[in-house]
Amino acid sequence: MSELPAKPDRWTALKAATPARIGLPRAGQGLALSEVLAFQIAHAKARDAVHAALDVEAIARALGPHVLHASSAAPSRDIYLRRPDLGRRPAESSALALADAAGDPLDLAIVIADGLSATAVQAHAAPLALQVADLARAAGLSLAPFVIATQARVALGDHIAALLKARAVLMLIGERPGLSAVDSLGAYFTHAARPGVSTDADRNCVSNIRDGGLPLEDAAGRLFWLITEARRRGASGVALKDESGLTSLLPA
Amino acid sequence: MMASMFHHTVGRTRHVFADLKTLLARATPPRSGDMLAGIAAASAEEHVAAKFALAEVPLSRFLSEAVVPYESDDVTRLIIDSHDAPAFAPVASLTVGGLRDWLVSGEATTEALSALAPGLTPEMVAAVSKLMRNQDLILVARKCSVVTRFRNTIGLPGTLAVRLQPNHPTDDLAGIAASTIDGLLLGAGDATIGVNPATDSLPQLLQLNQILNELIQTHQIPTQSCVLTHVSSTIELINRGAPVDLVFQSIAGTEGANASFGVTLAMLDEACDAARGLRRGTVGDNVMYFETGQGTPLSAGAHHGVDQQTLEARAYGVARRYRPLLVNTVVGFIGPEYLYDGKQIIRAGLEDHFCGKLLGLPLGCDVCYTNHAEADQDDMDTLMTLLAAAGVTYIMGVPGADDVMLNYQSTSFHDALYLREVFGLKRAPEFEAWLARMGITGDAGRIAPYAALPALIARFGGGGP
Repeated sequence: MSELPAKPDRWTALKAATPARIGLPRAGQGLALSEVLAFQIAHAKARDAVHAALDVEAIARALGPHVLHASSAAPSRDIYLRRPDLGRRPAESSALALADAAGDPLDLAIVIADGLSATAVQAHAAPLALQVADLARAAGLSLAPFVIATQARVALGDHIAALLKARAVLMLIGERPGLSAVDSLGAYFTHAARPGVSTDADRNCVSNIRDGGLPLEDAAGRLFWLITEARRRGASGVALKDESGLTSLLPA
Repeated sequence: MMASMFHHTVGRTRHVFADLKTLLARATPPRSGDMLAGIAAASAEEHVAAKFALAEVPLSRFLSEAVVPYESDDVTRLIIDSHDAPAFAPVASLTVGGLRDWLVSGEATTEALSALAPGLTPEMVAAVSKLMRNQDLILVARKCSVVTRFRNTIGLPGTLAVRLQPNHPTDDLAGIAASTIDGLLLGAGDATIGVNPATDSLPQLLQLNQILNELIQTHQIPTQSCVLTHVSSTIELINRGAPVDLVFQSIAGTEGANASFGVTLAMLDEACDAARGLRRGTVGDNVMYFETGQGTPLSAGAHHGVDQQTLEARAYGVARRYRPLLVNTVVGFIGPEYLYDGKQIIRAGLEDHFCGKLLGLPLGCDVCYTNHAEADQDDMDTLMTLLAAAGVTYIMGVPGADDVMLNYQSTSFHDALYLREVFGLKRAPEFEAWLARMGITGDAGRIAPYAALPALIARFGGGGP
């Protein structure tokens, strides 16, 4: 028992250096039950985040009176997970409804999409969408109504932009949950989005938006920079990537 | 020669398969990636009918009908041009079905399988695997012997190695050191101490390379380090005089998929030569570490209508050109659109291990899954146990099975200890001896009690005063 005081110090210093699961208590050569269950609860939260349905009504209420809805061509979560191609294009009924809702060409559509974590979208997407929209309107941009999209992948936004005659699209979408964070939101911005043509190389991504990750205000600022800079240069994607981080560090 | 069609009749239904790649795809056990590609069998009956038809195909057919055109794909050219006809001779008259029966027979000894390896093409091996149940895949892989060496000896009968994977979300050096010490204290790290960097900045890669090298040199650990970055960055590190042990690269089974990784065979040739030229291995010169995984060519849009398991075997055709120290199928990392659930991941892991071993490669497996796949740690227990029974060369050792940088779940240091306990598996002998000298292991290679660890931590200079 005399060794006990030394133990916590040495493990504590190592554990402080990494979020990894090190120095775990054991039973025999295996893990103590407390660790087995700690892992399982983290996995359970991640699984629940993947399979949770987005509370569309709650998000719509938070966004205000004029909100559109869209579903991808994937009719269920199960099919969504197997068929990313279906998650990238709209259901026929949604395509018709969005086309009906379209008016004159405009600058930006903001889409709130469940992606792989409804938990993340529920927690962060509406306030972020409102902040970015306020910044964009203040800069004189014309905006489409917010769109809430379900069973959606990033490229669904290209279709939504085309149907709403928007020149650019910002997709706020739930990222694949890990064990350490299940509520991480990603934001993908695509200038001059074209269905079936735009690729990842044409997009800019701001990721890990969550409590304990990138704060909402910082994310909104970076996204606004990307939106305005892409308009100025007439392109988003690889060309823009390197400078966004640098410029956002400079005082305005 | 005109490509004649393949067919099999079940009752009154005649199932027809237009060409070899279609036949292979329909004969593959069901998986979401082949469905996504639109090449899977349309019914359970068609799937088994394809197996009947595939069983009748002569092995020699694979030398005259390429699934990816020879003219447009350098992987096909590598496979065909390096085929060893004398080694193939003993099975040259067999069909795919005949090969299966021979493989599970007593005639297919360890020596016979080693001699045959250069005579088999990846497509032949993939084809026969499709006719084999899981127990066949285990039985035959277990008979294959593949031994590789750098600073220790990996793959001896009755051994299992572990790659220590000390990843950190921001490449914090103290954090990587902490996970490395944790792994060493749990007896892991003989395959390699291999870190996936979060960044590709050269100065940071150089730092990672140096701290791992320093740890190995200071404590005279009989193992090798690896920074798993792009091959072009590793070549650059070597050019700058960095102490590079192993060269890592992800590879795939078509030229187009490799191009999506930004890699060519010429680059791999250059890197392999450069690393061998450093002569850092003490007991051997196997310097390459490859990672692969079913579904990669489809995700790169370079699959040519070939099923993902056959293309995976073709990636091993690339790997064997370089006599690698380690090859790793990262089986469940790619996601449920390629391998949907635990059942598909388990089957794929066994197939990949079998195909790699039959082709003469030191196949390990990252037994793993993501949170959007229908899988959990129980599935990983099943797969790692089956792979240990099959004689898998190595598995991953990730702290608590939770990779905090790559955000997926793999196997832990403790999982390897479980396999050692159940199967009586030893580590690479040089590493086993080092652990005993350090007092990390005691009787029968069992790990020191938890209470003894703080004193051991201090030996590595970790954990403060």
